Amino acid sequence: MFLAAATNFAELLSLGDKGYGDEMLWGALRTLQISFFGYAFGLALGLLGAVGKLFGGSFLRFALDGYTTILRAVPELILILLLYYAGTDSLNALLAALGRDPIQVNGLIAAVVVLGIVQGAYSTEILRAAIQSVNIGQIEAARAFGMSPMQTFKRVILPAMMPNAVPGMCNLWLEITKASALISVVGFTELALATRQAAGVSKQYLVLFLVAQAIYLTISIVSIKLFARAENKYRRGQQKLAEA
Amino acid sequence: MRWEWLPKYLPLLMHGLGITLLVLVFSVVVGFIFAIPVGLVQVTKKPVWYQMAVGFCSYIRGTPLLTQIWILYYGLGSIFPLIPGMRENFMWLIRLDAIYYVLFAFTLSFIGYEAEVLRGALASVNKGELEAARAIGMSERQVLRRVWLPSAIRKILPNLAGDVIGQLKSTPLAFTIPVMDLMGVTSKIRQDTYLVYEPLLFLAAIYLVLTFLITRAFLYFERQVPARR
Repeated sequence: MFLAAATNFAELLSLGDKGYGDEMLWGALRTLQISFFGYAFGLALGLLGAVGKLFGGSFLRFALDGYTTILRAVPELILILLLYYAGTDSLNALLAALGRDPIQVNGLIAAVVVLGIVQGAYSTEILRAAIQSVNIGQIEAARAFGMSPMQTFKRVILPAMMPNAVPGMCNLWLEITKASALISVVGFTELALATRQAAGVSKQYLVLFLVAQAIYLTISIVSIKLFARAENKYRRGQQKLAEA
Repeated sequence: MRWEWLPKYLPLLMHGLGITLLVLVFSVVVGFIFAIPVGLVQVTKKPVWYQMAVGFCSYIRGTPLLTQIWILYYGLGSIFPLIPGMRENFMWLIRLDAIYYVLFAFTLSFIGYEAEVLRGALASVNKGELEAARAIGMSERQVLRRVWLPSAIRKILPNLAGDVIGQLKSTPLAFTIPVMDLMGVTSKIRQDTYLVYEPLLFLAAIYLVLTFLITRAFLYFERQVPARR
């Protein structure tokens, strides 16, 4: 009986027409894809936001405060639906105004932009805090040496803020790999939706969902290891933590 | 912007608000109570229980809540009818209603996240306080109830507001299995009226208000707790 169950399991997850292994692997790849690009887009927005919040004028600061406060207070699922429909609609309205035909928005790009905008709000706060943790004397010293703002950022602020930013960035990455499952509500086939579709056809809900969760868990665990290694690397030569 | 649907659907929205708040309050209160032992065995390193607790927390925190809800509803839900006698007794009725799965999934999730927080707080309580409590002859149970837990809970109070808001923000996931919470009602309104934005914006506003109220309530509670800062 055990052997029969094992063969069924292998067939269920095989790569061909009978199994769902290829569909789920493809879904996992899509999950990693939208997570990675959404994360990068979010970090870019976050860096701009953090710099704007710290060095910007009063109007820019007010606008960024609104962005981070509202986006962090409203559930991701609602934001994803709102941004997805608003984004595709306004793009088509823009195209119509330019006299072009409406287009079908690429699901991958829409998912990346939507996840990135949501993550940008969280990244802004994490990077702002990390930049603020840099000793102001070091920044003043860099300026006194005659470094330009770009040079100051690249040579002084960035290396000094990284060890404080990495734990927060790790959390953000773990968040986005899990939040990417929410993209399934707008019909983008990533791991969660691929699994649900496969389970709907094969009626093997329990087994297939367990496999999908094992994939998510593996992504999380491997990521935590990699981020810990990155933190060690950046922490080298920095002041020791109090409790360490 | 069209809002003429609002009066008609207001009673339904209130019902949805009730479901959302039920999910939130139930999962936070019950979850917190169960999180205490799950956090505690991770600090005391009680064999077997320790490994189980660590495994449970990594599972909950490492997989999307959406898949946890689905695995309970579709996965366990598809197994229940296979158990002989299940269709005859009262459990069959429970199986039918999605809200029970939602309550269970959200409670498990809150246990996982809060146990991790409690583990850190319990581990950071001053060892001298615990030794003093033992030295004056308190039993382990008394130490836990009178000294260890109160000071751990006081430590996590400032972060608890954030955790509860995090839980609030995941409540819309309930609508992915048929539950008429705020999100479920909103998607029904969207299907009935063919409006894309207005119901979603209204929903976002409700969540903003709820977040604001929770923040305020926790600030009030925090001031009630005497603490040396």
